[in-house]
Amino acid sequence: MKRYIGRRTAYCLLSLFLLSVTIFFFVRVTGDPATLLVEPGASEADIAAMHHQFGLDKPLWMQYGIFMKSLAHGDLGKSFYYRTPVMELYLSRLPNSLYLATVAMVFSLIIGIPSGVLASVRVGRFWDRAGKMFTLLGLSLPSFWVGLVLILIFSVYLGWLPSSGAGTPLHLIMPAFALGWYFAAAHMRLTRSSMLEVLGSEYVKLARLKGLPQVLVIAKHAFKNALIPVLTLAGINLVIMVNVATVVEVVFAWPGIGRLLYEGITFRDFPVVQGVVLMGGAMIVIVNLVVDILYAVIDPRIRLES
Amino acid sequence: MTITAPVETYDFPSRVSSRFDFLRLKDFPLIPALILGCIALVAIFANFLAPHNPEIGSLTARFKPPFWQTGGSTKYLLGTDQLGRDVLSRLIFGARVSMVVGFTAVIFAGTVGTTLGIISGYLGGWVDQVIMRVTDTWLALPGLMFAIFLAAIVGPSMWNIVIILGLVYWTRYARVIRGEVLSLKEREFVRLAIVAGCSKWTIMYRHILPNVINSAIVIGTLMLGVVIITEASLSFLGVGVPPPQAAWGLMLSDGKQSLMVGRWWLSVLPGLCIMLMVLSANILGDWLRVKLDPQLRQL
Repeated sequence: MKRYIGRRTAYCLLSLFLLSVTIFFFVRVTGDPATLLVEPGASEADIAAMHHQFGLDKPLWMQYGIFMKSLAHGDLGKSFYYRTPVMELYLSRLPNSLYLATVAMVFSLIIGIPSGVLASVRVGRFWDRAGKMFTLLGLSLPSFWVGLVLILIFSVYLGWLPSSGAGTPLHLIMPAFALGWYFAAAHMRLTRSSMLEVLGSEYVKLARLKGLPQVLVIAKHAFKNALIPVLTLAGINLVIMVNVATVVEVVFAWPGIGRLLYEGITFRDFPVVQGVVLMGGAMIVIVNLVVDILYAVIDPRIRLES
Repeated sequence: MTITAPVETYDFPSRVSSRFDFLRLKDFPLIPALILGCIALVAIFANFLAPHNPEIGSLTARFKPPFWQTGGSTKYLLGTDQLGRDVLSRLIFGARVSMVVGFTAVIFAGTVGTTLGIISGYLGGWVDQVIMRVTDTWLALPGLMFAIFLAAIVGPSMWNIVIILGLVYWTRYARVIRGEVLSLKEREFVRLAIVAGCSKWTIMYRHILPNVINSAIVIGTLMLGVVIITEASLSFLGVGVPPPQAAWGLMLSDGKQSLMVGRWWLSVLPGLCIMLMVLSANILGDWLRVKLDPQLRQL
């Protein structure tokens, strides 16, 4: 058990290291970062001064050392536009993103789980086919377009919901729907396959042999066990939602980290872009580690395998 | 005296079975395939089909609605945008951008990912470790976020987007292909090839590659939709295809500005095009997966 956790943690640290190298490497190698920082058409002297100010005249490995040292102190650099530390900006926007992602998650589970169960109980019949169409639609509709159409219907034509901004729960309905839509399809698919697997297992057959009514077999014996992988995926997806909401947040002007990333791009605010991506990657690597460890704690088969 | 060469006779099978036999099957999704084919034709012949220049409009004809609404005219069948450009022509040229970006990015990612997956799986050892650790790390970054990051560094251009999408999505191929190679390399024909003295590279190219190409095609078809949506998202955010070029994502971003005044055609139509194309690619990919994946076929 300890060895397993140790190894997973080592992999996780290695991933974080590679992540920082990747981001550092891409920024430095794809061009002179100073040109990203100065106005277009700046003089040679300005660029040289910029080089010195940000330590870009030092050798690469030394630059990486400095980059990592400040990272270790939780310092992601200073925003050029807002003139405040990136970390501060990030943390001020994070609660909004988490709020949006949580509501979107609840929404996607409310749609995904019941429809997945229904599809698994009626394999190959109408509800299964309808569910399959629904997942295909979910994966094929760009979330920002769903957002635009929602605004058109509910804000422009019907005037029921505010089209942008944050503040009241009403502001949350459309962005959460647009964001949760895609994930609802993924949750439905996993619920269906997980239910099918459990329904074919020995203990469900036994429950049926005992003569338990169908509702009880499905709800009590099968559903509870089928839920484990779905909830795990939901946990990982929650973190992913926080990080892929950029387009939805832009459509609805929702003040989360996705919009921060967008502002970073439009204002050529490079430290912000780098910081948001670095934090996003780190969050996902760490959540994966937590899930691996929790699984090992719950399921002895996993920890004995290693 | 004449010498007659012995004539060898072969029993040829009445019909040579081909790789494309599956096209004859009953459950082939004909409509999605036709839609994709139509979009491809529209993309190829955009110059001849588009009634107007997609990048130059007339400012006197701004915000014209589609022809069936009051104020619309048959001169601009699907209306005009904020610069008076014909929406139909922009949609037609937008198909070209989506097709070119979609296919080249999928092929680029597929080539890199399949090559690295085969090398990683077959050679094993430290090569495998290095490639797989990089794959794992890159998979940890959500595709869209990684693409936004890269696009923000290198600047907007259509070919930059192709390279970026290739760099972001090769990991999806590498993972799956490596897994298949691991089981393939234990098979008899690979062992015999080793005994026959084939070099590692010959085995990978002549014996392993043909056996994983089906999976690469399936992943590619399913990736097509993801790639097109990512391209549209990048263009929507202003880091993809640069204006004034006609791309569906870019049209959506322009359409967003005048959505609140009810100019629905500027945002609904490009989105519908994206949906049609991605939905068709996904249905086709799903069908191919079932047909070409031997594990699923047995079910």
